[in-house]
Amino acid sequence: MHEMSIAMNIVEIVTETVKNNHAEKVNSIDLDIGDLSGILIDSLTFCFDAASKGTPVEGAVLNINEIDGTGKCLDCNQEFPVKVFLTTCPFCNSLSTNIIQGKELSIKSINVD
Amino acid sequence: MCDTCGCSQPSDAVTFQKPGEHSHDHHHSHHDHHHENRTITVETEVLSKNNLIAERNRGYFDAKNITVFNFVSSPGSGKTTFLEQTIKKIKTDYSISVVEGDQQTLRDAERIEATGVPVIQVNTGKGCHLDAEMIHKASHDLGLVNDSILFIENVGNLVCPALFDLGEAMKIVVISVTEGEDKPEKYPHMFQAADICIINKIDLLPYVDFDVETCKQYALNVNHHLKFFEVSATKGDGFDQWISWLKEFVS
Repeated sequence: MHEMSIAMNIVEIVTETVKNNHAEKVNSIDLDIGDLSGILIDSLTFCFDAASKGTPVEGAVLNINEIDGTGKCLDCNQEFPVKVFLTTCPFCNSLSTNIIQGKELSIKSINVD
Repeated sequence: MCDTCGCSQPSDAVTFQKPGEHSHDHHHSHHDHHHENRTITVETEVLSKNNLIAERNRGYFDAKNITVFNFVSSPGSGKTTFLEQTIKKIKTDYSISVVEGDQQTLRDAERIEATGVPVIQVNTGKGCHLDAEMIHKASHDLGLVNDSILFIENVGNLVCPALFDLGEAMKIVVISVTEGEDKPEKYPHMFQAADICIINKIDLLPYVDFDVETCKQYALNVNHHLKFFEVSATKGDGFDQWISWLKEFVS
């Protein structure tokens, strides 16, 4: 259940941003979450409600931009979509592949009053 | 007071205005809606705080020439027994310290203490993983010596510890032959994050339905960099290869 830690980190970063910008209320938070980041989005949303209770972030809507995974083959250099970590290159069947996109886990921006 | 550079002026004395925009000091009472709806760019990694502390730990370990290994696995794979065996085999040659992570009890720390090396137990309570801040505190409480090895035994959990950098040189994932050989595919994040995979309890292979080569293949499908050691922590099988690799890595 690491989503609780993740939710608490989000609340902490956003609370700090709110304070630094003299805002009163957070309407929404834009997040980038990669398909391969290891985050269960339903679980994160659930934890976020609990983690934000009683903070300036309470009631904010999470706008989650889900980013698909992309792999790159080290042998044939081609890029391809990756759904799971079983990253065999679909072009040359090589196992020497790297994940180049899909592990994102970041806060892009917040909308405040 | 400096009248030349304006450093004593109130903060709202500096104004920003584009041509064509009217200034704020007439017509509209903008001050009434000072907190209008606006978007603030944040562009921050959610785990940035943990990652920063982890990098600070890494710098501290580097400066003191301490090699740090983060052991991860599901509960019951034999991490503690593996560490006990490893410590017994190298403690005359190296200074070793251990951080034990568990939700509750001092049991693992007591087992390590019996080997004669300094150990600290971190009880995470409801927490399912160690984080960089815990390692920062534990390292300072331990009083780590220069030119040494620090073994971190993470909380038994194949999911969450994968995401939390502690400042280690590498993660070592332990899997035992009493588990399913397809675990690397079921829990890919941990096998992706690790550099070394220890296959433990190989003395039980005759009694279980576990094919080592299949397990390795599953793990390699997830992470083609993985290096394997097959051991029995209770019987001592396979430790020669592991210990000689460890000595070479640390030197």
